Amino acid sequence: MTGVVAIRPTAQRWRPSPLRATRASVAVGWCLALSLAALLLSNPLALGALCAVVVTAGTLSGVGPQIRRLGLYAAPLALSIAVVNALVTRDGLTVIARLGDLPVFGTTDITLEATVYGAVLGLRAATLVLCGGLYTLAVDPDAVLALMRRLSFRSALTVSIANRMVPVLMRDSRRLADAQRCRPGGAPGRVALLRATTSGVLDRALDVAASLEVRGYGAAWAGRGGSPTTPWSRHDLEFALSGVLVTATAVAARVLGVAAFSAYPTLNAPVGPGAIAVSLLLASCALAPFADRRGI
Amino acid sequence: MRERAAPSTATSPEANSTPRGIVAINGLHYRYPGTEDDALRGVDLEIVPGEVVVLAGASGSGKSTLLRAISGLVPHFHGGEIAGSVRVAGLDTRDHRPGALARHVGSLFQDPETQLVMGTVRAELAFPLQNRGEPPPAVARAVEEVALALAIDGLLERPTAELSGGEQQRVALGATLATRPAVVLLDEPTSQLDPVAGDELIGLLRRLSEDSELAIVLSEHRLERCLSAADRVVALDDGLVACDASPEEFLAWAVREAPSLATPGARLLAGVGLRPTPGVRRARAALRDAGLLSPGAGLRDAGLLPSGAGLRDAGLLPSGAALRDAGLRSRPAASPLHDLEHVSAHIRKKRAPSGERAADAMKLDGLWYEIPRGPAVLKGISVAIEPGERVALMGRNGAGKSTLLRVTARLAKPTRGTVTTAGRVALLLQNPTDYLVHDTVAAEGAPAGTLKAVGLDPCAIATRHPRELSGGEKQRLALAIVLGDLDDSAQAPAVVCLDEPTRGMDRGVKEDLARLLGTLSAAVLVATHDPEFAAAFADRVLLLGDGTIVADGPSADMLAGGIYFATETARILGPRTQ
Repeated sequence: MTGVVAIRPTAQRWRPSPLRATRASVAVGWCLALSLAALLLSNPLALGALCAVVVTAGTLSGVGPQIRRLGLYAAPLALSIAVVNALVTRDGLTVIARLGDLPVFGTTDITLEATVYGAVLGLRAATLVLCGGLYTLAVDPDAVLALMRRLSFRSALTVSIANRMVPVLMRDSRRLADAQRCRPGGAPGRVALLRATTSGVLDRALDVAASLEVRGYGAAWAGRGGSPTTPWSRHDLEFALSGVLVTATAVAARVLGVAAFSAYPTLNAPVGPGAIAVSLLLASCALAPFADRRGI
Repeated sequence: MRERAAPSTATSPEANSTPRGIVAINGLHYRYPGTEDDALRGVDLEIVPGEVVVLAGASGSGKSTLLRAISGLVPHFHGGEIAGSVRVAGLDTRDHRPGALARHVGSLFQDPETQLVMGTVRAELAFPLQNRGEPPPAVARAVEEVALALAIDGLLERPTAELSGGEQQRVALGATLATRPAVVLLDEPTSQLDPVAGDELIGLLRRLSEDSELAIVLSEHRLERCLSAADRVVALDDGLVACDASPEEFLAWAVREAPSLATPGARLLAGVGLRPTPGVRRARAALRDAGLLSPGAGLRDAGLLPSGAGLRDAGLLPSGAALRDAGLRSRPAASPLHDLEHVSAHIRKKRAPSGERAADAMKLDGLWYEIPRGPAVLKGISVAIEPGERVALMGRNGAGKSTLLRVTARLAKPTRGTVTTAGRVALLLQNPTDYLVHDTVAAEGAPAGTLKAVGLDPCAIATRHPRELSGGEKQRLALAIVLGDLDDSAQAPAVVCLDEPTRGMDRGVKEDLARLLGTLSAAVLVATHDPEFAAAFADRVLLLGDGTIVADGPSADMLAGGIYFATETARILGPRTQ
């Protein structure tokens, strides 16, 4: 048997939180609203506010350490996006470095505008990663699976595999790392390990899919009975309202040009009252439901 | 013969139902996509309600494929080419996907970890019922009932990710049984369980079969565990049904035609000229009826073997091979008793306080391992192993065996206590595939000399992909990798540790491994649930219980005096007296 040591670190213990107490459909919608806002808004201040909202929501949901750890993984992604954008984009008028002729890139001038725009793209990517992490860590995957059962087998399968694969792959990667530590001499290269992990992912996904099939998931008679209609709780209503307000704020800001941001040809990122108002509104709308901790 | 799965014309379950068979297989041929050989070649089989059928056969003989054909995963999930028909409760599996068949058939695969798809045990048990559209009160009642039946009611609120391997297996079985299917398919369900849990599971399946006419199809390598609970055994050989008979007839056939499938008890009985019979109780009765065993006593107690002489010496055995094959030892031996005593004497000599004791290959002193904010897994373990000593580490699931090996190999740091070794520790973890990360065997970097030592031909397999090797070959390759260069004294390990190396392996591969371990000059420490394998390779057995060593002695004594941690042969022969 794998033993307690190998299993315990990956176990996911749910802590009571308003988001956890919310029905799956609303919780998923709320996470999607945050993601949509991140896609709609480009102002660095508003994006920064959204990023802070996700981290705070994670902390208030009892998964703060995991969200912060995820942020450490997302940071290199954001940085690489910023660097690549600065290297490949020819737009922008304010040259801050002339790198001359570089292989692949040719004559390369780094502009302030491309650098800042790359950083904004990176921040957006990091925010989306954190939103996905918050969904995975704080929303009940069992309830999501039950929700998806009514839609389609393939969608549900994808969601289930995504939910189940995180702990399984964490365990697999730990096992793989342990096995490599047992090798005398040097460990294999990262590419070899990545390839082995990837093929392992495919094997695991197939196993999970087979298990779902033989448990009758997606069969024609599924959902005939199902759960009784449960009245909406205060948390359902609050998070639903929060999601609607976050979406409305982001859409309105986008349509009305409040908290607008343009990088080219020169930077135009007003950190004025509009951007501050949008940021504060987003943060207060998104985090307000967490203040109500009754009945969690 | 080849044809793609095509919808059959019959659709009415009632019209298609056979009079008796809940499962009816006719002329089934199947070939996996991208392969040239058939995995199943003309299988005909009918299973009636309440029947317990054991599928026997070597690895790759088609057992798992047959189970997947009954569940509908073949061909719907795996694709491939199929001919013939499989009907479950009258439903043709070519027309009905596994999800639809799940109303009648429950499946439990080898790896429970990937079969748990929900976050908590309660949700896991409810999941298949909810998929069927059962109303919530019915779901709640069925969950409670199946949890009580499997003694997992205490786990209901636990996250599935926190369960041990044995607990995962029971929960997965619970999810399989919760819908009360007519047929349950189990693919090596005891492979991750300790002997106690394995016997409990087999007993439970038998009881369920008798109580509710549940048909059970069970694939197993450790046949000695389950034959006494079976009504029928179907032996597969290279995709063909080689034998379809009662357990008694199967054992007689196996002793004659396929010795690798014969249980140790069957070999013992055949060796003394008796008809093989499954189960310890019936084997003892057969020996008693033949006058070879007195009631309530062992052979020696019966006066048949007054001294340490073996059965062959007593003229009861025509050949030592039968008893050697019975799993008592893989090395040449005259008889079980002779052999056990030989080992005891060997250990006593090696461990005599005469000043000849070799320096320890490994020594654990007051070893504690405590999980941060969790329980203590190891509680003050102190043990020493000499070079060349072969030690089996046994105990129930969760006793701390894997942790002990990990601490010994310094993959985990003890909370207290010391680990001293005479050199490098080579650890082969449970899944050999974790060691294989390159595209070719050659790229894995195992020295050619070591490959030869573990029984692999370096030239023949150099260009093959490691994941395409058979289970036994993968394990040998992984072992060669962790052993390193045996000719290099700086790299050769002082201690070789293996964690559950026989999981899912057939008897032939296990015997090869036992022989291989016998050739190593390093100290060998193997965590195993398999008493037959322990008897085959070990000089000494450490029995771990709740993080402490509860017994430590020669394998001759340790594997002969118990109910669960004892070989089948030893249980048949009865308790030994000094």
